[in-house]
Amino acid sequence: MLLGPALAVSAILFAIGVLGVLIRRNAIVVFMCVELMLNAVNLTLVAFSQVHGVSGQIFVFFVMTVAAAEAAVGLAIILAIFRHVRSVDLTHINLLNG
Amino acid sequence: MIEANSSVQSTVALWGSLVIGLPFIGFLLNGALALWKPASKTAVALIGPGVVIAACAAAVLGLFPAMAGGEDGQVVVTLWHWLPVGSSSIDAAIQIDHLSAVMVLIVTGVGSLIHLFAFGYMKEDEGVARFFAYLNLFISFMLVLVLSASMPVMFVGWEGVALCSYLLIGFWYTEKANADAGRKAFIMNRIGDFGFLVAMFLTWGAFGTLNFAEIVARAPSVLTYGGGVVTAITLFMFLGCAGKSAQIPLYTWLPDAMAGPTPVSALIHAATMVTAGVYLVARTNVLFAMAPVSSSVVAGVGALTALFAATIGLRQYDIKKVLAYSTVSQLGYMFVGVGTGAITAGVFHLATHAFFKALLFLGAGSVIHAMHHAYHSTHSHDDAQDMRNMGGLAKHMPVTATLMGIATLAIAGVPPFSGFFSKDEILAAAYAAGQTDPWFKLYWAMGLVAAALTAFYMARLMAMTFFGSSRTGTEEQQHLHEAPWIMTGPLVILGILSLAGGLLNLPAFVGGNAWLEHWLEPVTAPGQAARQAAGALPLALSHQTEITLIVLAVAVAILFLVVGWRVTLGRPIPTARRAPAESGFWKVLNQKYYVDEIYDAAIVRPVLFISRAFLWKKIDQGLIDDAGVNGAADLSRAIGWLGSRLQSGQVGLYVALFVVGALYVIAAAIRF
Repeated sequence: MLLGPALAVSAILFAIGVLGVLIRRNAIVVFMCVELMLNAVNLTLVAFSQVHGVSGQIFVFFVMTVAAAEAAVGLAIILAIFRHVRSVDLTHINLLNG
Repeated sequence: MIEANSSVQSTVALWGSLVIGLPFIGFLLNGALALWKPASKTAVALIGPGVVIAACAAAVLGLFPAMAGGEDGQVVVTLWHWLPVGSSSIDAAIQIDHLSAVMVLIVTGVGSLIHLFAFGYMKEDEGVARFFAYLNLFISFMLVLVLSASMPVMFVGWEGVALCSYLLIGFWYTEKANADAGRKAFIMNRIGDFGFLVAMFLTWGAFGTLNFAEIVARAPSVLTYGGGVVTAITLFMFLGCAGKSAQIPLYTWLPDAMAGPTPVSALIHAATMVTAGVYLVARTNVLFAMAPVSSSVVAGVGALTALFAATIGLRQYDIKKVLAYSTVSQLGYMFVGVGTGAITAGVFHLATHAFFKALLFLGAGSVIHAMHHAYHSTHSHDDAQDMRNMGGLAKHMPVTATLMGIATLAIAGVPPFSGFFSKDEILAAAYAAGQTDPWFKLYWAMGLVAAALTAFYMARLMAMTFFGSSRTGTEEQQHLHEAPWIMTGPLVILGILSLAGGLLNLPAFVGGNAWLEHWLEPVTAPGQAARQAAGALPLALSHQTEITLIVLAVAVAILFLVVGWRVTLGRPIPTARRAPAESGFWKVLNQKYYVDEIYDAAIVRPVLFISRAFLWKKIDQGLIDDAGVNGAADLSRAIGWLGSRLQSGQVGLYVALFVVGALYVIAAAIRF
């Protein structure tokens, strides 16, 4: 029963992901951090499936599927932005500045 | 309320609607013609006078016979529920009784004659269809006014006739002075309407109803004799009457109202609309009977107006202005009558005045018509209404001159003409009331002096217009001619009425049976009863005194007719162009005591100043525009600016805020 350690790892991964999103300026890295957060959640779901049955694992498959689609769309958006502003630095992408 | 049986009710509903509706249909048809076919004068000629004559016939043949079915000749019919208020309701109801019958007869009868005359007078005007549309609408509203069974319905007619008056005074609106005169009439009437409205609110507060029949029936039990409530109601009501019937201090609009076409002056500003105030007092005479202070005020203001306006009439040169001040003065007489409690005398004078004043105005219209044509033919720009440009017109217009002579004798109070009987009755009533209340003796004396002045200015008008040497100019004289029959015809009928109108209420001492007195008894009885209950009924005059008063009044009238005649023709009259400037007291009279200027300085200018300097610059521009409208915009913009600071465009910041928010929600979820 590795529920406690698994949850601890997942929490650490999630925190790293959040910090990455908050701190990093490169859009690709931020994007990777978002994936990291998703996978941290996946890990939680898998860990809890030991206690609550397989539905958590089925959930994980869905999350992975959606994450794959999201990665495709997200990368396409980043590519489009790069073509437009010649940069993936998020501090330069501030057209919505009020 | 007296409930007549249902067949009488439906008859009255039918004929009453018809009487009011026919002139309204005339208004719609003429209005349509005015908009789309203003050249079709034949149609206008048929519709305009036609609907009024039809309304008159409907009243005589349909409405009046139905009166017999009601108690005391009074029938009240509810046409529909107009404003339901809680448990009670203000109904669109018409009331026909002996008083409104007299008024309907005057409005439609004299109205028909004036409509006929008006067609002759106005047929060359381009706006003749519009003119008759307004005139028909006026008749319709006037009938609403006199046939109304409650104060709010009367108020609809009251406002409606004011609207028509405004439209017709400013009928030739391309001249600014005419449009101004219309506005003046409208605004002056608004002041009076304020009084009427307050009186209505107070009546509602005291009675919980505004129906005349209920007010009359319940007044003795609801109100106390001479109490504050009834005094306030009647005084505010009289303010309304003073506006509508041109009494001091609100009379100044009526002389200016002469800017309208002459038939309008005859119909609205002499015979019918301006008598609405007298009618209202007569209608609610029980309230005035219970408020001795108000009655005294009514009679006093009437006497003062009668005297004051008559003095102004002494020194006017515009023929219509003389008649206008004469109207104000005669209306004052009517208020002396109704204020004294002699309701019949007031209504009697209202009727005879409608005859002879309509005749005078139409005669003046005939004269102006002839003068205008004469000047028009020679392209002269002299004033066609100035009596100094007339003189000797009797040989050109014998019919008009004769008829105006009859009207002059009637208004001056020479027996056996109609005005003698009605005016004498008012003066006798004032004298009788003076036996117990010395104020009324004063009113009587003022009335007598006003009668002398009336005789004087009317003799002056006749002498300047029709007699003496002609001042019109030799070339113009060729073009002077009598008016066509469509104009003189109505004049002849009005002449007969002015001559014989006294028969309506022939007093007993000349063998009459005072028909109008008995006819109006159901209407005047509650007021008389209220006075009697309070012991305030004036003592009857002895036969001796009555004869003395009559002899005195007739002597004064004849004396001043002769004086006026001789003074006017005693020396040559310069034409308007050559006339020297007025001086001394004559100038004060000619300038109407400068009342307009005083009102201008005391009221109009301060109001304009306050409006401009304070209401406009401070309240409107400062408070509403700057603080209100622009302030709201500035406030929204400031809040928007604060909000826009959050929108940095930096994704990191958004995410950080999102995380903080998410953490907060989670923390809250965990805690609870």
